[in-house]
Amino acid sequence: MTEAEALAALECRGVTKVWGESTDREVVALQDIDLVVGRGEFVVVIGPSGCGKSTLLKLLAGLETPTAGRLLHGGQVISGPEVDRSLIFQQPSLYPWLSALDNVAFGLKLRGVPRAERHRQAEEFLRQVGLREFARKHPHELSGGMQQRVAIARALCVGADTLLMDEPFAALDVQTRYQMQAFLLDIWHGTGKTAVFVTHHIDEAVYLADRVVVLTARPGRVLDSVSIDMPRPRSVVGEAFERYRALLVERLRAEVARAFQEQELVEMLDTRIK
Amino acid sequence: MIEGLQAQPAAAPALPATTASRARARSSARIRGVVVAGVWWVLSIGLVVVAWEAAAALHLIDPVILPPPHEFIGEIRNQAQFLMPAVGVERTGANFVALTAIVASVQRVLIGLFLAFVAGVLTGSVAFSFAIVRKLTLPTVTLLAPIAPVAWIPLAIVAFGVGDWSAIFVVFVGIYFTLTLATVKAMTNVDPVYVDAARVLGARRGQIMRHVVLPAAIPALFDLVRMNLFGAWMGVLAAEMVGVNTGLGAIVMVGRSMMNMNLTFLGMAMIGLVGYLLDAAFGLVQRRVLWWRRATEL
Repeated sequence: MTEAEALAALECRGVTKVWGESTDREVVALQDIDLVVGRGEFVVVIGPSGCGKSTLLKLLAGLETPTAGRLLHGGQVISGPEVDRSLIFQQPSLYPWLSALDNVAFGLKLRGVPRAERHRQAEEFLRQVGLREFARKHPHELSGGMQQRVAIARALCVGADTLLMDEPFAALDVQTRYQMQAFLLDIWHGTGKTAVFVTHHIDEAVYLADRVVVLTARPGRVLDSVSIDMPRPRSVVGEAFERYRALLVERLRAEVARAFQEQELVEMLDTRIK
Repeated sequence: MIEGLQAQPAAAPALPATTASRARARSSARIRGVVVAGVWWVLSIGLVVVAWEAAAALHLIDPVILPPPHEFIGEIRNQAQFLMPAVGVERTGANFVALTAIVASVQRVLIGLFLAFVAGVLTGSVAFSFAIVRKLTLPTVTLLAPIAPVAWIPLAIVAFGVGDWSAIFVVFVGIYFTLTLATVKAMTNVDPVYVDAARVLGARRGQIMRHVVLPAAIPALFDLVRMNLFGAWMGVLAAEMVGVNTGLGAIVMVGRSMMNMNLTFLGMAMIGLVGYLLDAAFGLVQRRVLWWRRATEL
């Protein structure tokens, strides 16, 4: 075992996922993915639509099983969902019938933690995400950005050391998205969690990532892995940012063209207010 | 740009004030809406009453067959002489006091609906959870569901005799199968992201069922019960007309057999009013219990 492997939080070894196997609508979503995510590393996965980014996260979360290959978390084979790997979804996933506090405490309730104790802990995590005064509100009374912060608090509250995020900010308006990106980096800095973040926005990737993993169009393969060597907090203007941005655009252009999604490349770039 | 990235969200503290003022505006708009709707109600009913009374006054209709509203509503005064149920029963062969009749009918509907709801959700949950149960039961249930409540009356009277349980059975059986099917469907339709979120948080199968699938499916089931309320109401009344000799349905039939159309129309008026009030009460409970749903659907 190399040093890098010893420090790995997540590993994919030759992972292939086929949907609708042995039917006439068989789709190879991921093919032969090799990927190592270090402890405390912030990896952003980027690629054209339908390249299997979300599938990769579901596999890492243990919600799906691979058709071939192995996935490991902390050296252990992933055989199902575990509370130390939490997935944060793009669409609203808070329970509308529960208050923000009870949503955050939901995982503790499943474990049989008494009410007073789980509320105490949940309140602490709500405070961390800056929503303590919204504890009694229900999801529909919160903005989209607040809802995603509650979802992050919910993942932290069960003690996840790895946050898997599936375009968590894609449904938010641009301004809120900037705030959420900064907020997420604060949380990540403060807690030392491992993060795997899927997006199709190039700027988001360069702003957040230690390393950007570029997937090919379907079937998804690892095309490239680009370390973003910029000090934090990062500026989204300036030469370094532009250089990484141009590099990723170049990598993606061929893939997006291959998937006949020229329009999508435009969308991937058109994410920052100038 | 950079500042925007670093700043904490500033919009948050402003939110409660705007929500409060919006809520105030919404409530005053709602009161106005209720008043306007009330005026139309009065106009609509008033129009029918005036036409009916005029037709009777001009001898265009036979008041023995179609007694005008002031006459059959006046019949309610005669309740005084029947305040002892025994008298009413003796004279007409049915329980004659208006209030006891209303209570009897309403009680039957509510007990029947409640039992059907509990049983339907239980059966549906089991069928949803276990494929073998689902495959074995759903085809039969699918064929039993379209049988109208009234079609069960003969069986009910033979099996339970003329009494409360006969009418309750009609309500129960009329909605139970439909509700079982609806439960399976509503549970199948629960947004998979709710289930995935629970699994990621460490939920086991039973916990997902209890804490996610059931609460997520309940609103659709409440809707279905409410939609079937009138069907159940009709089932009870029909049962009361043909065999169960008490309740509002019986009043209507007693009026007919005594050729007292005042009594029949009074019964019909009460059936309409009580049916409407039941539905309105149900809507109120629904909004109170499932308040979060309306809000999310806005």
